[in-house]
Amino acid sequence: MKDSKNILIIDDEQVVINSISKIAEEEGFSFDSVNDASLALKKISTTDFDLIICDIMLPEMDGFQFLSKLNSKRIDTPVMMTTGYSTIENAVKSLYSGAIEFIPKPFTVDEMTSVISRGMKYSILMKSKKAHDDSIILVPCPSKYFRLGYSGWMNQEPDGSVSIGATDFFIKTLEQIRKIELFDINEVLTQAAPSAKFETEDDLTHQLYAVISGIIIAKNNRLLEEPELLEKDPYFDGWIYRLIPTALDYEMKLLIPCSSDRA
Amino acid sequence: MNSIKKIFRKISLKLILVVSVTAILIIGVYSYFNIKSQSDVLLGEVERHANQLSETVKNSTRYEMLLNQREHIHEIINTIGNDPAINDIRILNKEGKIIYSTQKEDIGRMLDKRAESCYACHAENKPLEKLPMKERTRVFRAHPDSSRILGIINPIYNEKSCYEADCHVHPQSAKVLGVLDVTISLDEVDKQIQQNEMRELIFAVIAISAVGLIIGMFVKRWVDGPVKELVKATDQVAAGNLNYVIKNLSSDELGTLGKSFNNMIKKLDEINQQLYQSTKMASLGQLAAGVAHEINNPLTGVLTYSSYLLKRTKDNPQIQEDLSVIVREALRSREIVKGLLDFSRQSTPKKSLIDINEIINRAIAVVNNQLKINKTNLVKRFDGTISKITADANQIQQVFVNLFVNAIDAIGQSGGTITVQTSQISLSPKGITQIKNAVCPKMHSLIDAEVKIGGMPSLLLKIKSNGNEGFVSLDPIYGGRRHNLRIAHNNLTRRSGINLTCPVCDFSLIEKNNKCPDCGGPIYKIQIPNQGYLEGCASFQDDWQRWGWIDSAGERKFVEINISDTGRGIPPENLNKIFEPFFTTKGQHGTGLGLSVIWGIIDNHNGTISVQSEIGVGTTFSIRIPKSDSDRSVK
Repeated sequence: MKDSKNILIIDDEQVVINSISKIAEEEGFSFDSVNDASLALKKISTTDFDLIICDIMLPEMDGFQFLSKLNSKRIDTPVMMTTGYSTIENAVKSLYSGAIEFIPKPFTVDEMTSVISRGMKYSILMKSKKAHDDSIILVPCPSKYFRLGYSGWMNQEPDGSVSIGATDFFIKTLEQIRKIELFDINEVLTQAAPSAKFETEDDLTHQLYAVISGIIIAKNNRLLEEPELLEKDPYFDGWIYRLIPTALDYEMKLLIPCSSDRA
Repeated sequence: MNSIKKIFRKISLKLILVVSVTAILIIGVYSYFNIKSQSDVLLGEVERHANQLSETVKNSTRYEMLLNQREHIHEIINTIGNDPAINDIRILNKEGKIIYSTQKEDIGRMLDKRAESCYACHAENKPLEKLPMKERTRVFRAHPDSSRILGIINPIYNEKSCYEADCHVHPQSAKVLGVLDVTISLDEVDKQIQQNEMRELIFAVIAISAVGLIIGMFVKRWVDGPVKELVKATDQVAAGNLNYVIKNLSSDELGTLGKSFNNMIKKLDEINQQLYQSTKMASLGQLAAGVAHEINNPLTGVLTYSSYLLKRTKDNPQIQEDLSVIVREALRSREIVKGLLDFSRQSTPKKSLIDINEIINRAIAVVNNQLKINKTNLVKRFDGTISKITADANQIQQVFVNLFVNAIDAIGQSGGTITVQTSQISLSPKGITQIKNAVCPKMHSLIDAEVKIGGMPSLLLKIKSNGNEGFVSLDPIYGGRRHNLRIAHNNLTRRSGINLTCPVCDFSLIEKNNKCPDCGGPIYKIQIPNQGYLEGCASFQDDWQRWGWIDSAGERKFVEINISDTGRGIPPENLNKIFEPFFTTKGQHGTGLGLSVIWGIIDNHNGTISVQSEIGVGTTFSIRIPKSDSDRSVK
């Protein structure tokens, strides 16, 4: 029987490991840490983790190589990427490569806490799904939709605009939503940059990344009144924004078609 | 050896050689014929003279011959033969015996018929009786070394008085009695010819030298000089000096070459500048990445530990206050590093309602220490009634900190005053509003980032007129006139044939039901997503444009901030460059990023920034940011 721990932290900077472990400890999660990716692979072979928090810029094997290594070894432990070189490109690439979250450094305690909370919930959901637990029903996004990582979806409307929203999976990793904060019409969203804030009953604030860049032409004000709409109908009535996309063709290539989830 | 080869490779020498050879050829041929004709004339003259002399001798001895007074004949011949020009006078009888001669020792000597005196007549076996004048003369040399001699023979014919004379020496049957042979030295003539030859030679040398000299001079002036200048220019360019300009260009082909060379260097310089810019950009990006990575790790420690402590010390208000400063400033550092990373990208301002006066106060607090050190007085003239504007507080604060630091630098150590003034103004939307988005009825974007007008992406439309097709780039400023028409036969006066379409789907943008109120021509109608429609005169005969959505908002309210300093001022030639990336006058001390970043931030807020400056008096930066009109802001 393998050991089991909650979180594995991979970072070549001790201060970052200390910071994350402090937060994990505070939240009551067990953890382990290593300084490079090959050590992490060894660690995974002996210990089961619920969640891996991995730096992108690592000596020798970098975060992306680590991700593909996990993929080839068919290890499905959810990975969250973090980096000091927090560009949009890195964020999008992380999510495209299979990471469930991207947290730019530096982060506050609250930010890291909410991401870890989502990550742990994600891990539990995945395990339940694997165990064919019928009490968990995840509604996949409609097949003509596209998603950024697992959290947000987009759909091209017939008039050329694009609607975006949050996936059922993402909503289910949150506690009861208390308050939603949205950008205003005419403001510009950038792909993989924050697009909405969700305040949950456990006093955490969660950011939803924009699936695609564009100018907001409409927002779903109903959500502000009844946040539960997101949960009830995440793909239709629970839409968040309507956008005029600014770089659709390019950004679409970085999205995952929802049709691939139904294979 | 090499230097000689080099000289021979010179174009001037080649030219001189070719021209000299031609000149030598021409002068040589001319001189040859000239000297030949001159010596022919001279020789003819001598011949005529010799003939006359011969006749004279013959005539003057005639009487003595008839009387057979030989002593007298000797006397006469000797006297005439004394003339230095005359070489020899001889009279031979029919048998070839010399009877009389100026050379005493010759008398009585027999001459063979083959001797040159006899040869003219006795060349053929049968002697000639009559000899034409031309053939009676001969030119010969006594020895190979002696001078030339002209000889003339004069046959003495038998006549009645001869054979009837008392002496009865000559029978009546003889036709020719003897020959008078006069030889004249051609020494003088040869000298004359030699002199002429010498003169021709001197003339040739002078002429060729003159030709060479003149060609050399002009080649040096017109070819060598410009070519040297060109070579110098290419060397300079090869050495990396792309500011080199060839001056004093002539109007000939070499001048044209120089002009196109200058043009090429100018273009090369531009490309080089662009390359330099992008390389600088790229290395700056790498630097930013390195800095971001290096700073963000320790910053992670600062931010998590301070925010952790902040959560843990909720019961200690004193510590809470101090800790919140650390957290706030760590967050600000995070934004600064992020700004560094976002620098080359379209960074999105995180807008909220802010009080501009408060932001300026925050910026002043940052530079307060520097103000004191530089003995700079800061005067605030704030309009307290200003309502809040929608802007990114961090970015706007960065703008003011940068402008203050620049002002302090401009003032220097001697001290001075910075004045900050805030006020509210209203401006008509025409001429100041940028159209940042526009689509055709099928939602194709008309924004064309390739063609920029006034530094902003223009609107691209396809235009068809009288069977010609082309494109028109519309001025992105509402009410602007700087449209760029690119159509053959730019004759749009016939309004009926004009059609404007979407360059992607060719959907017509002409509004058929309306006419331009100014000229009555057709009008185009373009959708501005979520902000109504832009209409304008499609014949481009006048500048009529209407954007009802913007117009209905009435005059737009702006917050204007003026920052004036009493510093050294900006030279006029730099005024239009200061907002360009990497423009700096601070040498190694500045990064050259400040003002271009400021421009970018203000532009992202749909605002404008302008500058006025006078050397030695000071500089004023004016910033206008539209007020919190989120429902009417233009993206």
